[in-house]
Amino acid sequence: MSFLTATTEPQAAPTAPTRPHYRVTGRRVLRSEWAKLWSLRSTWITLALGLLFLLVFGLIVSWQFAAGNLDSDFDRSTAVDLSLFGVPFAQLALGVLGVLVTAGEYSTGMIRSTLAAVPRRLPVLWSKAALYGLVALAVGTVGAFVTFLVGGRLVSGTSAAQSLSDAGVARSLLGAGLYLGLVGVIGTGLGALLRSVAGGISVLVGTLILVPGLTSLLPSSWQENVSPYLPSNAGESMFALTHDSSTLSPGAGLAVFVGWTVLVLAGAAYRLQRNDV
Amino acid sequence: MIEAQLLTKRYGEKTAVDRLDFTVKPGTVTGFLGPNGAGKSTTMRMIVGLDAPTSGSVTVNGRRYGQHRAPLQEVGALLEAKSIHPGRSAYQHLNALALTHGIPRRRVDEVIDLAGLGSVAKKRAGAFSLGMGQRLGIAAALLGDPQTVMLDEPVNGLDPEGVLWIRNLLTGLGAEGRTVFISSHLMSEMALVADHLIIVGRGRLLADTTVRDLVREAGGNTVKVATQDPAMLRDVLAGPGVDITGQVGSEELHVTGLSAREIGLKAAQHAIPLFELSARTVSLEEAFMDLTRDAVEYHGTTTGIDTPGRAA
Repeated sequence: MSFLTATTEPQAAPTAPTRPHYRVTGRRVLRSEWAKLWSLRSTWITLALGLLFLLVFGLIVSWQFAAGNLDSDFDRSTAVDLSLFGVPFAQLALGVLGVLVTAGEYSTGMIRSTLAAVPRRLPVLWSKAALYGLVALAVGTVGAFVTFLVGGRLVSGTSAAQSLSDAGVARSLLGAGLYLGLVGVIGTGLGALLRSVAGGISVLVGTLILVPGLTSLLPSSWQENVSPYLPSNAGESMFALTHDSSTLSPGAGLAVFVGWTVLVLAGAAYRLQRNDV
Repeated sequence: MIEAQLLTKRYGEKTAVDRLDFTVKPGTVTGFLGPNGAGKSTTMRMIVGLDAPTSGSVTVNGRRYGQHRAPLQEVGALLEAKSIHPGRSAYQHLNALALTHGIPRRRVDEVIDLAGLGSVAKKRAGAFSLGMGQRLGIAAALLGDPQTVMLDEPVNGLDPEGVLWIRNLLTGLGAEGRTVFISSHLMSEMALVADHLIIVGRGRLLADTTVRDLVREAGGNTVKVATQDPAMLRDVLAGPGVDITGQVGSEELHVTGLSAREIGLKAAQHAIPLFELSARTVSLEEAFMDLTRDAVEYHGTTTGIDTPGRAA
């Protein structure tokens, strides 16, 4: 039976005292996800894009305002409003990257490696959401403040002039950063919930941009009750400088927007825990 | 050690894995064989907790995979489907996995060398050939220096050089005393490396055997000999470990336990004329085909009839 020559006889397993003691911990999962985030080119490109949208759009609008080129819609604008003009664009970039962080693992198959290493699964979701949320928060906050500091100079001699020490200005800018951070977290949640890059981006864009427009289809008595609580409107309340009866206060806006974020993350956690990959 | 007990996985009406019971013993190379669609990959995914069993259980070293503190140190798995982000380099991929367990960077470099990826470790994995991708998958499987290594169809689509590399690697892992569990639909490939075989078809266990037994049961390594006086030849050849069969009235005998050469020499010593003397070796491939034929045919033609009864 010559074909058996290549096989090996069963042996006793070698004793294990010399083997190193590895262990999966929450902190290590965080470190791994941190390394994964920064080892992809898409992270750098999309973050740069998000920052660029904040800066470029905010500064262009401020510059045009100072030059008197904007129409009457902008007459009552403040320096904060103008600086945060890029937020809707930046939120797309940062939200899409959030979707990529989780859904990208499914589209590539990486998720199988990830979950084989961390079979408890949930630490992966929490790590991704927390780390990416903080990164988006940092980019958003830095972008908002830099835009205001530069854009504020552009409009310093106009009716929009404001300084950082004016009431509500710092809060607005911080609120915008926080909003963008939470959009990032929602992106990661949607990506993990839907397990599809295209699906995650569609739902993200739909809820943040299209749904507010659709509320006009509702009876007007409903609009007042529903509209302020939609993710986009609640989020906007977080960084708007002025509030009226149709919008939530910054604190309430933050609470509602955090609620939406928690809801998406809970759905993502449920699916991650229950479904095969 | 991998133990499956009544392991079952259903996808709606279809039962991919059907009450599978088997044990992969430590320190052996165990082949997991079956035609395509027999449930091998599903079983392997359940072993590492990617798929949850519908019923039954499978444990690794006495615990469910997910309950281990350092799962990569218990089982290293190469799954059939690609499990790599194409945007990361081999080094970045392995390092990210290593970080979850606190596996030192030194070990990452080690497995890169072991898999022969040194020259391409910094390149994007998306640009890897199939063979390179497979080597990266194996490097990941070996990262935690696991006692058990599980590979799903590792030679699929590899060029001869890659096949040879895997074959040597498996033999080496077995020689180190590791438990190796390797799936394939190619019996010939298994025969070269495995000592134990678990054969499945349509999700069911068909055989839990050794290569040696499988061949013996299939009537392997028989010598056919024809002579005028079969009764006398029988007496001459009889001895311990020798099995002789033949029909009454026939001049043919089937002998196992002796080579054609030995039979010829003994017959000559006793001056028994032989008309025919031929060694008949049943290939493992044939034995495997015999065993799985029903499973394959059943699968192809009568699934529709069988399914309602089993789903009930």
